Amino acid sequence: MGIVEAKNLLYEYFKRDDEGKVTGIETAIDHIDLSVEQGQFISILGHNGSGKSTLAKHINALLVPAEGSVTVDGLDTSDTKNHLSVRQIAGMVFQNPDNQIIASVVEEDVAFGPENLGVPTEEIVERVERSLKSVGMWKKRTHSPGRLSGGQKQRVAIAGVMAMEPKCIIFDEPTAMLDPGGRAEVISVAHELNKKKGITVILITHYMEEVVGSDRVFVMDHGKVVMQGTPREIFSQVEELKKYRLGVPQMTLLADELRKKGLPIPAGILTREELLNALCP
Amino acid sequence: MSLIFDHVSYTYSIGSGYETKALSDVSLKIGEREFIGIIGHTGSGKSTLVQHMNGLLKATEGKIYYNGEDIYDKDYDLKDLRTQVGMVFQYPEHQLFETSVFEDVKFGPRNQGLDEQEVTLRAYEALTKVKFPEDRFDQSPFDLSGGQKRRAAIAGVLAMKPAILILDEPTAGLDPKGRDEILGMISDMHNTVGNTIVLVSHSMEDVAEYVDRIIVMDEGSVLYDGTPSEVFSHYKKLEEIGLAAPEVTYLMHELADRGIPVDVNATTIEEACESIAAYYGRTGI
Repeated sequence: MGIVEAKNLLYEYFKRDDEGKVTGIETAIDHIDLSVEQGQFISILGHNGSGKSTLAKHINALLVPAEGSVTVDGLDTSDTKNHLSVRQIAGMVFQNPDNQIIASVVEEDVAFGPENLGVPTEEIVERVERSLKSVGMWKKRTHSPGRLSGGQKQRVAIAGVMAMEPKCIIFDEPTAMLDPGGRAEVISVAHELNKKKGITVILITHYMEEVVGSDRVFVMDHGKVVMQGTPREIFSQVEELKKYRLGVPQMTLLADELRKKGLPIPAGILTREELLNALCP
Repeated sequence: MSLIFDHVSYTYSIGSGYETKALSDVSLKIGEREFIGIIGHTGSGKSTLVQHMNGLLKATEGKIYYNGEDIYDKDYDLKDLRTQVGMVFQYPEHQLFETSVFEDVKFGPRNQGLDEQEVTLRAYEALTKVKFPEDRFDQSPFDLSGGQKRRAAIAGVLAMKPAILILDEPTAGLDPKGRDEILGMISDMHNTVGNTIVLVSHSMEDVAEYVDRIIVMDEGSVLYDGTPSEVFSHYKKLEEIGLAAPEVTYLMHELADRGIPVDVNATTIEEACESIAAYYGRTGI
């Protein structure tokens, strides 16, 4: 059994007019089956409104299925008794850091999670240091989060989830507001946690480059999973991806353009290194 | 039209013990019909810089001149400056508030004191310029997709006909198609209307693709100011300050390191493709 199992998952919500009358039913998640193994690095792609975030919110029981089921580490999210455990097992990092920071000092914010879990004080201190160092915010530990820039706040929020050392972390567009350095740092932190600690990572992103190192990619459209496979399998289908309002990594695009000009470049190029080797064998 | 920063500095919370210098001795000139990208790591002073352009923040040292007039002069009309220098903030859709898209866009020009007929005309023009679908003008702005909301919000600023349009990360959080659509729309508008665009962005690829001039901010100062090729030739320094060059720039340098004579100044896929194909077209791989 995988760490996250969604079976025939359906989620609907009512659309209402100004007076609050129901005008229709929107299906945000349309009968999805999804299985994530412990230790995998998963990416979810999809255009705005395709249902990615709604799916993510099911994985830590912020939303519960209308039909079908979601289990996290064997715990059924439909049972409210499981909610606290589920949220400890599956931590979540959101897009907007302003919505996730609560303390007035950076290190206290990071300590909030483990404190709530009843972790002994000495260990909290260690976890806070480790987490803040891994996101490059250790120097700012005594600062007020309100005085940090958006990207710095996001790194603090990520440290806060990391300090809870969950089995699985869901990143919901964690880099949407970051600069290239910050973006690379966050993605490499996610990979490091995945490789060194075996933490399952579920990454939702609009940046195709960030998906390249994943074990498996899911593409969503209108609440359904419409494509799944390895990054190479997914990104070799350029036209299909365009149909779903997505793109391919820069190097894949360049390789594709070069091929159109008649250069014998093999299909499935994802990284700069691969393209370089194709050009200078 | 010209906007001049003359040795501008800005320090937050003077005298509180938390003094932070957010801008440090910035001098620059923004002219007619420019398309400028501003890049810098988070906290480098990009947003502080653009907030000085329309007088939202007041420099603690130095002067700013718009069309030759000192905007800090006590008789200067700052309200007028803010219609001349329009600002689209990050996540502008959070500022939508009216019952319909059309009403929302009318808010700005109405506040300028224009008559109702002109207000309606401006709103219509602005929504057309951002390629907002006409059959949705009367829809609630809250029932739109992310990309459409953002267009509506940009139209709200455009309706004031600013000579300079500042956009602070206008594509943050949008899917790839949405990003291309918004930037393509801004670029088309720049070409047809001829207004000056200042684009604050974290995407080096987008900046390379669309702008003519890049200003790099670091620690509150201007580190580089030049064309994309000039600025991205400093890619090693850019990395030190938390930025990068477009990925193609790295590829071109690596090819050159291996003795392939390609153009290392290429910053877009198109330029790189051109240069690589030209070389291998002659020699074969």
